[in-house]
Amino acid sequence: MFQSPLRAPLIKGKKDYSTITRDILDPMVNKAGKLWYMGITLSGIGLIFGLLMMGWTVWQGIGTWGENRTVGWAFEITTFVWWIGIGHAGTFISAILLLFRQKWRNSINRSSEAMTLFAVICAAIFPLIHLGRPLLTFFIFPYPNTRGLWVNFNSPLVWDVFAISTYFTISLLFWYVGLIPDIGTFRDKIGKGIKKSIYNFLSFGWKGSARDWHRYEITSIMLAAIATPLVLSVHSIVSMDFASSILPGWHTTIFPPYFVAGAIFSGFAMVLTLLIITRKVLHLEDYITMEHVENMNKILIATGSIVGLAYFTEIFMAWYSGIEYEHYALMNRVKGPYWWAYWIMILCNVVSSQLLWIKKLRTSLVFTFILSIVINIGMWFERFVIIVTSLHRDFLTSSWTMYKPTIVEYGLLIGTLGLFFTAFLLFIRVFPVISISEVKSILKLSGEGRSDKDNSHE
Amino acid sequence: MNKQKFISVVLDDEALVLRAVIKLQENNELILDVLSPFPVHGLDEALKIKRSRIPVAGFISGALGAVLFFVFQAWVFTVSYPLIIGGKPFFAAPAFIPITFEATVLFAGIAMVIAFFVRSKLKPDINFESVNERITDDLFVILVDAENERTNSERLGSLLSDIKTINIG
Repeated sequence: MFQSPLRAPLIKGKKDYSTITRDILDPMVNKAGKLWYMGITLSGIGLIFGLLMMGWTVWQGIGTWGENRTVGWAFEITTFVWWIGIGHAGTFISAILLLFRQKWRNSINRSSEAMTLFAVICAAIFPLIHLGRPLLTFFIFPYPNTRGLWVNFNSPLVWDVFAISTYFTISLLFWYVGLIPDIGTFRDKIGKGIKKSIYNFLSFGWKGSARDWHRYEITSIMLAAIATPLVLSVHSIVSMDFASSILPGWHTTIFPPYFVAGAIFSGFAMVLTLLIITRKVLHLEDYITMEHVENMNKILIATGSIVGLAYFTEIFMAWYSGIEYEHYALMNRVKGPYWWAYWIMILCNVVSSQLLWIKKLRTSLVFTFILSIVINIGMWFERFVIIVTSLHRDFLTSSWTMYKPTIVEYGLLIGTLGLFFTAFLLFIRVFPVISISEVKSILKLSGEGRSDKDNSHE
Repeated sequence: MNKQKFISVVLDDEALVLRAVIKLQENNELILDVLSPFPVHGLDEALKIKRSRIPVAGFISGALGAVLFFVFQAWVFTVSYPLIIGGKPFFAAPAFIPITFEATVLFAGIAMVIAFFVRSKLKPDINFESVNERITDDLFVILVDAENERTNSERLGSLLSDIKTINIG
């Protein structure tokens, strides 16, 4: 069959369909290695610490955080936006790249969709504990009540509730529909027993009929088509939490595209962090190749440059608008008391991602891995800079103050990181981490060498 | 399967599947279904599968979600509990768009997945038995209707003599 001379193969080595099945199901069949146990212990400790801090917050109240009357929003909303942003790469890979028929997405979409789900769960924890009284969370949904009150549909915070719950639901459906044939594959590989029954249940009786595949493909592409505007809307709405206020530094129309680009940027960094470890630990180097890493690095250059352009636009508009408050808010970021946060943000997001223009760095796993962590730190600081520096010196000089996070707040960040990695580590043990059927469907076109049984065809 | 009403032709390559399907159809054999580990391109046309109307279900449900949520928000702010918020008019249509959009996507997505499950008769089933456990791995099975007297394994074998099959029966 035709093989593109321009592109490197997406599946390395001599494979046939059953080798692919075996390779990908391996981590589910075999006992977990030492590294896995080390990982889950570490993330489990983080998770438990976070849960304790969450419990302390609910028990003791928001007073355990470092927020004050001037800086009412800080660490938690920063981490919330950070997690939501990370989730976006998963949908970008699974939906947008599917619409663009990018074949290299086929071996990374499953794990990045799972990453999306876990990231959204981590994010959702923050508004929940932000409320102070988590048992009253249902107040944020419009439901008929004895007071005759409704939620404020004019508020971006309410839009957020709808956006994030829709985003989670659609991502979950998309992910699960994609999983069904692969769960079927695993179901057919295990002997009778409780495990078989569970996977029988989860596989929804998938039999691989041509008509089912037809509907499956249509459902996937249609879900991708609706998930594409959805993912753009989610972070746009998150940005409107800020942009629709009148605070200098927040009140800018560039926020929606700026936030979306930043979200995809940080999300791809997180995908790279996860996949570089996953491919090594699960021995999936043949499926998640250097070509994949390089492609993702190219997306990092593109989105990183858009983020850089957005930072520059903010600087330009602060000067060009002639509004002294905007001007002050910006200068306060650049050289105010939080100057270090601003420069960490510039260094980690704009400067570091430009290094990827160099092919040698772009194709280096060690460099990519370090960079992906650097970018995630930078993107956390981006939200911190936007939120805290705009607030801490407000309109009334006498209430100017500084914000300093407490141990409880660091604990919440560590706890969600623990939750995220625990969930991901469990995921790679119970579900195929690469979409088996999708990889098989590109084997002939993009596989390096196939023990071909039919060379006579075409 | 208690009563054999079909003959299964087992192959191990999707290109061969397509050729076998076309060959069998040329010889007036009725193909009930093809089971495969991944979607085989060109099979939809060969089997004359009508394009699924799942997108239609999505559209109808999405439109319903849009209308429902837009009207609901408008009703809340104009009839049920009119409030002046930030000097905006009661009927502030642009502010209703984001939630209307999210509801559209939510309704459309859920409807399409439900339609997919219902039409493909997919449901959680603990006692599911596979026809052949390698279908989800590396084998392709063509199910040929054997309700008539003409169709039998020998005839299919001779029809497919130039295509490498694993098993017919």
